[in-house]
Amino acid sequence: MFTSFYTIVRKDVVRIFRIWPQTFLPSIITSILYFLVFGKILGERIGEIGGHPYITFVVPGLVMLAVVTNSFSNVATTFFQAKFFARNIDEVLVSPTPPWVIISGYVAGGMVRGIVIGALVIIVSAFFSPLPMTHPFIILLFLILSSLLFSLAGLVNGIYAKSFDGISIVPTFVLTPLVYLGGVFYSAQALPPLWQKLTYADPIFYLINGFRDGFMGISDISLSLSIGVLLALISILVAISWYLIRTGLGLRQ
Amino acid sequence: MTSPALSIKNLKKTYASPVRGTALLGRLWDPRASKGASGTEALKGVSLEIPAGDFFALLGPNGAGKTTIIGIVTSLVNKTSGSVAVFGHDIENESEIARTYIGVVPQEVNFNPFEKCIDVVVNQAGYYGIPRKTATPYAEHLLKDLGLAEKLDKTGWSLSGGMKRRLLIARALVHKPQFLILDEPTAGVDVELRREMWGYLKTLTATGVTILLTTHYLEEAEQLCKHVAIINKGEIVASGTMEEVLALHDEDTAQKRGYRGGRLEEVFLQLTSEK
Repeated sequence: MFTSFYTIVRKDVVRIFRIWPQTFLPSIITSILYFLVFGKILGERIGEIGGHPYITFVVPGLVMLAVVTNSFSNVATTFFQAKFFARNIDEVLVSPTPPWVIISGYVAGGMVRGIVIGALVIIVSAFFSPLPMTHPFIILLFLILSSLLFSLAGLVNGIYAKSFDGISIVPTFVLTPLVYLGGVFYSAQALPPLWQKLTYADPIFYLINGFRDGFMGISDISLSLSIGVLLALISILVAISWYLIRTGLGLRQ
Repeated sequence: MTSPALSIKNLKKTYASPVRGTALLGRLWDPRASKGASGTEALKGVSLEIPAGDFFALLGPNGAGKTTIIGIVTSLVNKTSGSVAVFGHDIENESEIARTYIGVVPQEVNFNPFEKCIDVVVNQAGYYGIPRKTATPYAEHLLKDLGLAEKLDKTGWSLSGGMKRRLLIARALVHKPQFLILDEPTAGVDVELRREMWGYLKTLTATGVTILLTTHYLEEAEQLCKHVAIINKGEIVASGTMEEVLALHDEDTAQKRGYRGGRLEEVFLQLTSEK
């Protein structure tokens, strides 16, 4: 079991690092642009939020943005290409590798990419803003939870997609709005009551607040609620992934 | 008593009809993800047994159901009903055990062309639980045996059609399977190379490996195989030892055809031709 898991992860991680200009560089450049525009140029006019400069306030959201999009797209794209482009997913499907090893292998690849990107964005942000690390273990926990959650979501998308549009439509029309409306650039407390309630339905909101708690010790909601919601969503996606791989829906004819 | 390498009983497969009229969603997400009750009946109750150590040919025209049978045995296609056992292990209830016995060379090239040849083979061993350290020397040995010594560190892109076929064979053999399934392994391969592959396959059966071969080169099946089954439109129309199937040859029908091929070819046409 471990050898199968290691093989799937190694194959993906080698690929991720081999094509680093495609996997790591774009997120770092995007983050630098965000830091420049929202942190330096606009941030100085906005002032402080929760006692912190605006640029410091947006760092957790931008780290999370990079982690979420990279974890998701890594697994969705890798799995879809293996299924659709070369059909080399059959190499694993004909082998005695159990479904949970296939899931954990692909998801671990996405998590590695998400966590490495998250760490790189944190390092880059230090050049633009004083970065308090109030609770480092909470930051680490939320890096793991966010990359796990969105790697699983990417896997489900990759299994179901039957064209490249099928894997790009979710990041564009679902993920991006959720991220921007989840409070990357503002506090939910600044919203009217109705919008505040709608924000609670956005899973990204819980991730951002968890990160913000880890970095700055401030959050719109309790930490235990954030962790509870994320663990519930992870459990649901694990169950869906396991069912899809076990039955072969979207994979076997 | 040794269990047969493959035992298939009353196997049926109906492919679901494609989803129609779902303009956007149908194009984006896989219709195979939704089960359908009606569709194309690819297998209509196939029963088949391949003894351990046999070299078995499964022959049939295009679309007869050969690849569907192989897909079901290798867990790439879900059966509609019936049972399949590999060395006595049911592919549904003991699927992970059953799969350890099988090595498969698919009809279509399906390795990642960005990977080096050695990695394609060693990674496959990994999926069967064989560590890289153990798998690498054996993978090198297999690739050298199959004439790919110069290509170990080259990617799949750089290989010719014949080389890709040989890489698929090396990949299928890396975990030392007891049951090798070859789905048209010599399609598009030149005569000399085909002969070399025949020699290689014979040495494998001599070591006790059971082989299931599908091919459109009937002289290949006639020379190599002990048993044969002919499938047409999802049903087995003849099966037995090569001698028994060749005995079905009808000289009168063959004379009417004009062009004469080998005896197996004549029997094949006699049983499957619609004209």
